[in-house]
This record gives sequence, C-alpha cells and structure tokens, in this order.
Amino acid sequence: MKFLENILHKMEPNFSKGGKFEKWNPLFETMATFAFTPKLVTQKGSHIRDGVDLKRTMMTVILAMIPCLLFGIYNTGHFAEIAKGSSIAASYWDGFGTKFTSGLIVVLPILVVSYGVGLTVEFIFGMLRGHALHEGFLVSGMLIPLVMPADVPLWMVGVATVFAVVIGKEVFGGTGMNVVNVALTARAFLFFAYPTSMSGDKVWLSGQEVDGVSGSTALGDLASFMSDKPVFENLDAYYGKYSLMDSFMGMIPGSIGETSTLACMIGAAVLIFTGVGSLRIIASFFAGGFVMGMILNAVGGNAYLDLPAHFHLVIGGFAFGAVFMATDPVTAAQTATGKLIYGFLGGFVAIMIRVLNPAYPEGVMLAILFMNVMAPIIDHYVIQSNIKKRLKRVKTA
Amino acid sequence: MSKTVKLRKGLDIKLVGEAEKVMESLPMPSEVALKPADFHGMVPKMVLKEGEKVKAGEVVFHDKYNESIKYVSPVSGTIKSIVRGEKRRILSVVITADSEIQYASSSSVNVNDLNGEQVKEKMLAAGLWPFVKQRPIDVVANPNVAPKAIFISGFDSSPLAPDYNFLLEGKEADFQTGIDALAKLTSGSVHLGLNGQTMSAPALLNAKGVQMNRFYGKHPIGNVGTQIHHIDPINKGEMVWTINALDVAMIGKYFNTGKFDATRTIALCGSEVSAPKYFTTVLGAQLTGLLDGKIKDGNVRYISGNVLTGDKVEKDGYLGAYHHQVTVIPEGNEYKFFLSTGWLGHGFDKFSNSRLFPTWLLNAVAPNKKYRLDTNTNGEERAFVVTGELDRVFPFDIMPMQLVKAAITKDIDGMENLGIYEVAPEDFALCEYVCTTKINIQDEVRNGLDLINEECM
Repeated sequence: MKFLENILHKMEPNFSKGGKFEKWNPLFETMATFAFTPKLVTQKGSHIRDGVDLKRTMMTVILAMIPCLLFGIYNTGHFAEIAKGSSIAASYWDGFGTKFTSGLIVVLPILVVSYGVGLTVEFIFGMLRGHALHEGFLVSGMLIPLVMPADVPLWMVGVATVFAVVIGKEVFGGTGMNVVNVALTARAFLFFAYPTSMSGDKVWLSGQEVDGVSGSTALGDLASFMSDKPVFENLDAYYGKYSLMDSFMGMIPGSIGETSTLACMIGAAVLIFTGVGSLRIIASFFAGGFVMGMILNAVGGNAYLDLPAHFHLVIGGFAFGAVFMATDPVTAAQTATGKLIYGFLGGFVAIMIRVLNPAYPEGVMLAILFMNVMAPIIDHYVIQSNIKKRLKRVKTA
Repeated sequence: MSKTVKLRKGLDIKLVGEAEKVMESLPMPSEVALKPADFHGMVPKMVLKEGEKVKAGEVVFHDKYNESIKYVSPVSGTIKSIVRGEKRRILSVVITADSEIQYASSSSVNVNDLNGEQVKEKMLAAGLWPFVKQRPIDVVANPNVAPKAIFISGFDSSPLAPDYNFLLEGKEADFQTGIDALAKLTSGSVHLGLNGQTMSAPALLNAKGVQMNRFYGKHPIGNVGTQIHHIDPINKGEMVWTINALDVAMIGKYFNTGKFDATRTIALCGSEVSAPKYFTTVLGAQLTGLLDGKIKDGNVRYISGNVLTGDKVEKDGYLGAYHHQVTVIPEGNEYKFFLSTGWLGHGFDKFSNSRLFPTWLLNAVAPNKKYRLDTNTNGEERAFVVTGELDRVFPFDIMPMQLVKAAITKDIDGMENLGIYEVAPEDFALCEYVCTTKINIQDEVRNGLDLINEECM
C-alpha cells in the first residue's frame, strides 16, 4: 500500500492550510482517514491507546445489520412477486434468485438515496465546521432504509433523511450530540408529514398492493380487533395468516428490514458479543414488552388483548427497535442502572401504544423516541442516587 | 484492623519488555535536572544562581507561595543553567554533577525522639517534603493541613512497573524508619497497601505501626487512589497524604544517616529496550547515560515513568522526580492501511479491552502473549458516543464519564458531587486508554482539579 500512501503524501499539501484546495480538506481528510489510520500520536497522559475507534465501532453495527438487510431484500422481493402475481409467489422459498433480484431493485435505490443524501448533508456541515465526516451517519444511513416501507417514494426518503440529519442531529452539534435517534427521526418525519401515504394502519408495512387485498401488516390486522370491523373473526384465523414461526422468521409483510426477528437476533448476538450494543437495554426492552403483553392478557376483553405476550415480541418492528434503535448509545440512557429502566419502559410503552392506541399500530418507533427524550431524566436520577450515597458517607462519618 | 479488597474492574495491559531482576550500577550522570513541572502547580523561587556550587541535599529553590517547602539538589555540583520558557517560567534547573557526591552536613536523628511537628520540620528542611502528596488535587502536600490518614501503596500494578519487592530488598530498616516518621504526621492511621496476589518483600510484610490492607485485582489496583477509595474514602474537606513506598525508604534513610540520598534504582523497560533490567542512577539524572547503547534502532518514544502516566522525554531528557522507571516504546507516527494494520484490520497486533479486536481470543488461547504497542492514537478524536466502556476499567463507586464531562464543561458543582475530591489524573489513565473518543482524559481531569483548587480549596 506504499503506492496509495505516496499519492496521499503528494496530495496532502494541496488540501492543508494555505493549499490550493484548502476548503475541501474535510472531504480529503475523510477519504484519507478511511484508507489509512492517521499518523496521530499521543502527546501526554496515556502514551498507548486501545485499538478501538469510532470507525470500527460503527462498522460493527453495520455488519450486525447485514442479516436484516439481506433477509429484508429477499422478503421485499417475495411480496413484490406476489403483487406481480407471478407463479413463484405461492411458496416462500421458490425462485430464490428472482425474488432476491426483484427485492434488490426495490431496496437498493432506497439505500443509495439514504446514503447519498445523508452523506452530502453531513459533508456540507463538515465543511462549514471544518471537520472530517464523523462516523455516526454510516449507521443511520443503513437504518433509514431498513425502517422504510418498501413502496416509499424515493423523494420521501431523501426529504426525510435531510430532515433527520439536519434537525435530528446537526443542529445539536453532530455525531454524539443528538437527543433522539436519527433514523427514527426520519421515520417519524414521514409518519407525521405524509400521513396520507403512510397512514396509521400501514405504518411499517411493505405496502405492495395485492389484488383487492390491502397491503396490511400483522399489526394493522391486529389493530382492527380494536375496531368494529375486525379483519379476522378470531385469533385462530389470525394465526392462519401469521403463524408464530412465520413471524419469527420474518416471512410476513412489514418494513424492509424489520420483519425477521431471527435476523435481528443474529445482529443482537454480534452487538452484545462485541459490547457495542447493550445487553441490558436489549434484554430489558424485551422484558418490558413481555410484561405489558402479560398485563393486557390479564385484562383481556377482545382478541388483540388476548394475543399471547410472546407474539408481540416477534411482530412489527419490536425486535428491530430493541436491537438497533433503542441501543443507540448516544440517545439511550448512559448509566448502567439507567439502561435497565430505559429499556424496560421502552418495551412496556411500545406494546401499550401498539395495543391501546389503534391509530398507531406500531408503537415501537414512538416509544423509543419518547424514551430517547426521557433518557436524560432517568440518568439524572441514577446519578443523583450516586451523589446521595457520597453525601450520606459524610453524615455517617 | 486490616482489610482485604477484591476488585473485578480494571485492565492489565500486557506489554513486551519487562525488566529482568538484575541490577546494574551506572556511573554518575554528567548532568542532573530539577523540573518544577514535576510538582504540579508549584511556582519555584530560586535560591541559587547559575554558576554557584551546591552539595547534595542543599536547597536549590523553594515554593514561592510556601517557602517552607524546599527543593534540594540530588547531587553535588554546579548550577549549570536555569532553563526558562514562556513568561520566564522556569522549566528546569540543570546541575553539572561531581563524580563523587558530597552531602550537606547533617547527622542521623532518632525519629522516636521527635514529635510530629519536629518530624515535619526536618522533612521540610531536608527537601523530603515534595515526595509527600495530598489528595484531593494530587499535588505536593500542604504541610499546614493535618491529614486524616496517610496511604502508601506497597506495589505498582501499571504496565511494566518496577517490582517494589525487588527494589525494597535490604531496605527494611530505612523503610521502617520512614513509616515511623510518617506515623508522627497524622493522628489517623498509616495505611500500607499490599498486593494480595504475590508474596510481598519483608520490608513491607514486617512493617510495624501501619494498617496493612491486601488488594486483589487488576490495574489500577496498585494505584493509591483506588486503595484510598476502598479503605477510607475522601469526603469534601478531608485531606489524605500519599507517598510512594520507595520514597518512604528514602525518607527513612535520611533519618537513619542524615543524608539526602537521591540514589534511585529504576527499571529500564519497554519493547524497544534490547535488554530490559534495573539500573541504579540518581533522581533527575540525564537519561543519555542510561539509554546509550541499550535501545534498539528506530523511531522510538522515551517515557519517564510508565506508559499510562509518564512524561514524554527526549533522549537527553531527565528522569522525573516521582518516576521509578523509564519506558521505551515504538513511535506510531505512520499511516496504517485500514485493512492491514489500520482501523479495519484483523487486529491481532492490537491490545483492546473491547471485543471489537480479537484480544479476547488471544487471551483465551495464549494468556501469556505480550504486546508491542506504539504511540499511535488508533483513530481521531470524537465526541462521546460509546457508553459504559470507562466503567469497566474504573473500580470506583464514581461515574467516570459523567465526572469527565463535568470536568470538560468546568462544572464545579457537578465535579464536587460526582467525586472529584477522591481522584487524581492517574486514576483515569486506563479510562483514557480504553476510551473510543481518544480525548486526553487525564488532562481534562487535571484541568478540573486545577479549577477546584482555585475555587474551592
């Protein structure tokens, strides 16, 4: 790699202070620091440093999302084929290559728009502030397509990404400073700005219109139990369409990357093992959802309330939200105890919104955004308890 | 009433180049220097001028704001130069050393005949006081405030640290005298922290008049700050004095012989040293004599002290006043291609506390593998994103990230509440090592402490 390094050395003066392309230094620096770990050395304090840096951390999160992305592409392809009425649509695993390709045709443009638009905005802010690209968006850029319905117009993805990056992150100071999760900001923006295209019952759904049948999701169908006109007569009929196994595997309609609980679990394993994602948050999020599900079961009354609690954990974006959204370390609670409370309440509120408010069949997005806002308060009380312990020591001494 | 403390949090960074337990004497260095910067926050007032003769143990300068704290010459010789920096601040006082040390005349004293006040006066006059440090703030102790306890750590757990058991061999009497002297300075206890995982030297084990506490765990278990926190934590308004075990022996030797003997045995260690071992030299010695011919070729970093808290020095620099080791590691000022040795590489060459690198795997299959780490930061500075990683190497009931943030934002109330009085920069050395942000955390903590010192002490 001496060759690349030589080019780098040759170009560096042009981009450094006083050089021809001084203004473009952030762009140059981004490229250079991507290809090479820079030659920065410690000056004092700890003379050696851990190998870990934000680039590797973020790359690990992207890696963890790959199973969700691949499964999402295939699943989108499957329902696209159904919509086309093609012959391979009858069985889920028939025509693997065709389905994957048609899924790719849908998903790839969304991915490209998300990254293209987001990185452009990030670069503009980087140049204004005179710093290289910070890595946060590498993850957000992948998360945004995964929480989009497959039939979302590309311009909406672009607008939502701009909104999320500017209002969700850059106005607060960039990576590490944001209050709410960037990808969920994009999702919430579309949800509230274009309700006609993304009405309540079609939230987080692939939306491929199948002849006469609305492109509804498990959640949309379940929510109808709360109304006068349920889609299914009873839960058994529901199980016929969305079995527990299908829901777990992700072979159901939904947003691109969220349907497969199994893929999310693989991602969770990567995140937890590497320590990038917090086990405390993920586990307590599931626990919170399960407990709320049990409470609803105990109340009972209609089919949705009677839906077994474990079903809640495998449908909709619950698992995806728990693994990839709630664990965003910047917007989650930062203290160890705080993470448990934050995760538990997140899961709890998600199921509460999902079931008790039929206008929002998918409560996960709103629950996590809500808990993002609450996280500093949770942390505040955890920190206060540590402070009180210290004060108490003085009094008893 | 001794205590046993076992801690799980921490990290032992396994580096190549541990010093072999062989001692070699070096000839007297031609130059020795006293660096005021070694004593944080102290402003020196010169007593001697350039060209004047000085004997070992004679005052060179004293603290401008507390004249009783005197700084003495470790050798006899001539003041060669007073090196000044910006605003005429004194950076170092260089002394050309005689080949044979002449000591300022004084005679031995029996510590048991003295009271606390007299011991203090003796130590101040003899230039021994700067080795007594205080918590909070981690500076040379203020002799006018009585401490609630004195803490001595009997071992150093930092990477490639010198073995105190080895260095204290044969110094049993001096060490005990030192302890006796220190015991007179406080109405509270003198705490001696022993490493529970190894057999301690007789000097430590047989020490009398101390509360012995045993510690089990990983670095920073040997840091006196960790030990204080788990034995008798410091609250606002309280004062604790700390002193290095090796310096206790030096103080004892002064009382036993009447000489300020600044002879110091240091470990020369690190991956770039061809034969790491112990050398006897003198406090403040110019390092050229120590390093010449003992370092592998190449681009290296010389550190007076250990890799986590030491000072970067040049090859002709001087040994720091509190340092008992000199570490030489490779300099890391080169580009690293991202897929080979850079940020997305296999990472078998890196030592990481996170599982993003295969260090965990190497620890499992080859627990004795040692690493050759360079000074590259392995990434650029970023905002705090990852949470919880500092807690894993910070064995205090203190929230490290929150405290560091309070220090960065100069939030005095926040720092006080979160426990700034208990910590010193060195306690955060491992935090600085593991932190993804690459922020100089020790520096931030030091700035926070300076602010507290100004506003609250």
